[in-house]
Amino acid sequence: MFSRGYRLAVTVPPLAWVVLFLFVPYLLMFCYSFWSVSSSQTIVHSWTFDNYRQLVTVDVYWQTLLRSMWIAARVMLFSLLLGYPLAYFLSFHAGRCKDLYYQLVIIPLWVSYLVRAYAWKTILGSDGVLNTLLQYVHLTSHPLEFLLYSPFAVVLTLTHIYTPFTILPIYASLEHIPRNLVEASHDLGASPFETFWRVILPLSIPGVIAGATFAFVLSLGDFLAPLLLGGPSGVMISNIVVSLFGAAYNWPLGAAISLCMLVLVVTLLFLSERIEKRWSFS
Amino acid sequence: MTVPAVSTTAASGTASSGAGGLLEIRHVAKSFGKNVVLRDVSLTVAEGEFLTILGESGSGKTTLLRIIAGFENPTSGELWMGGERLDSLPPYKRRVNTVFQNYALFPHLTVEQNVAYGLRVAHRPEAEISARVEEALARVRMTSHAKAKPSKISGGQQQRVALARALVNQPRLLLLDEPLSALDANLRRQMQVELKSLQREVGIAFVFVTHDQEEAMVMSDRIALLRMGELEQVATPREIYSRPATAYVAQFIGHTTLLRGEVRQGQARCQSLTWRSALPNGGALFSVRPENIRLAGSSGPNPGAVHFRGRIRHRAFHGATELLQVESTDGLMFSLRAINVPDGAGEVDCEFDPADAIPVQDSDERV
Repeated sequence: MFSRGYRLAVTVPPLAWVVLFLFVPYLLMFCYSFWSVSSSQTIVHSWTFDNYRQLVTVDVYWQTLLRSMWIAARVMLFSLLLGYPLAYFLSFHAGRCKDLYYQLVIIPLWVSYLVRAYAWKTILGSDGVLNTLLQYVHLTSHPLEFLLYSPFAVVLTLTHIYTPFTILPIYASLEHIPRNLVEASHDLGASPFETFWRVILPLSIPGVIAGATFAFVLSLGDFLAPLLLGGPSGVMISNIVVSLFGAAYNWPLGAAISLCMLVLVVTLLFLSERIEKRWSFS
Repeated sequence: MTVPAVSTTAASGTASSGAGGLLEIRHVAKSFGKNVVLRDVSLTVAEGEFLTILGESGSGKTTLLRIIAGFENPTSGELWMGGERLDSLPPYKRRVNTVFQNYALFPHLTVEQNVAYGLRVAHRPEAEISARVEEALARVRMTSHAKAKPSKISGGQQQRVALARALVNQPRLLLLDEPLSALDANLRRQMQVELKSLQREVGIAFVFVTHDQEEAMVMSDRIALLRMGELEQVATPREIYSRPATAYVAQFIGHTTLLRGEVRQGQARCQSLTWRSALPNGGALFSVRPENIRLAGSSGPNPGAVHFRGRIRHRAFHGATELLQVESTDGLMFSLRAINVPDGAGEVDCEFDPADAIPVQDSDERV
């Protein structure tokens, strides 16, 4: 049907891209994770499980990994709690302003991540907007220190940044619910509240799962928010990877941690796809 | 005006349905912005009757149904059911259930759970729910598919589940929005019969919306013919066919020949045709059904009948009968139903009885 030349032209570039920028780096990372660094700061190309052993035995690594997951879980939860009602409102009650509101949700995504993270720094700092306000209205006499450089600041910032990512898939799945199902539910005697629980929520599960996965996975790998706003107590696993590849010059350990994260994330994506499939009825 | 106004026809149709008024629609109108969909519709649905709202697309029939179900609010007018004002209640508080055009079965629930839905939200005891669901599924012969998801069963089966899901709640009134339109012709005819006998069995009043006049004729106790948001006529199928109130009704239901003429001193005249008529003097429009026009037999013309000679312009074979289009020497086009028309027949002699020329109101007067 298509000429040989055409088929080559459309398949080779993406294939080359994937091999060059995905497959080769992952392969390299895989290899590095089984190598080690000598005392003279050179890479030793002999196979060892040492890096993985360190990851499990050295407290700071597994604790930071757990903390990262805990932060990501909270971001996921708050994004859903914020995003679902917003998506629901957008889909069912926004009426004629639907497109406008939708754009308002999208717009922050055009603003640089860095700008948004810095904005929170300005708001949460000890001389920041929030503390100044709290003192001005005499709710506190001293600036609140826990606002900035804490896991709290990281969770808050990441929630702000990733909530649009949860709104969009939830909104899409709500939009896909045929409205006559809602009418049928009312027709059969279910109140709006019951209709939500019995029809709308179950049918929006795929969107919820997709949104939750976005929020969790994106937060788990984040390193800018903890770098800018996390302080020592808000360090996440990616910060450790960054420093291992940088100042610490321990690429093998960095690669091992990265690979663990990769396995974790791929497993999550796989699971979420399974759940989404289980809850799709089209 | 040569014949009684349509509104009185509608009113007399309502009155003849007797005292068992279950649902009363009083002067309901509905507009969406500038778009007027229903204007002043009044209609009574009797206890246990099968009423069909018949109309072309855009006639407002679905909107009327949605107003009864509570999905739309009328712009003006009232709905009453059993002495209770209905239009102020939200849909989930009305004892009315709907079978939707594309069934609207919940895709995440099994057939059984779909049917149980209404009883569950009404918090009936589990034992009662399972008994009633089982009975409802048996009634529509879907017991063997109880555990299936809606996507795994055919359109006809989904249709029956939708019916069971509505009927299991024992509504006082069941609304059906073109439920058969998605089925193929054979299944459709079969379902028409089934639906009708089911309705007789359960004794619940059905309000059935369709654009298919044949379907309406086969199933209904009464037909309410809606045109551009107004009722043209409400009557039994027999009455609406043999005594159409307007030219539109006559043309919409079955085939007809419309004759526009003039009445003078008890004599109607259309081109060279004349016959006795009780109408007052003035212009008049008559409808003659094809089966009331005969080919004049070898026995010679019938005394008292209206005769004309014409040329067959078109013939459509319908099995037992043939539908002929005959152009008279006056240039009038008649539709007539005949049997045993010889092949190659060209000119034919035709006749009809004056009593079969039904005076109808000119529909265009009202536009």
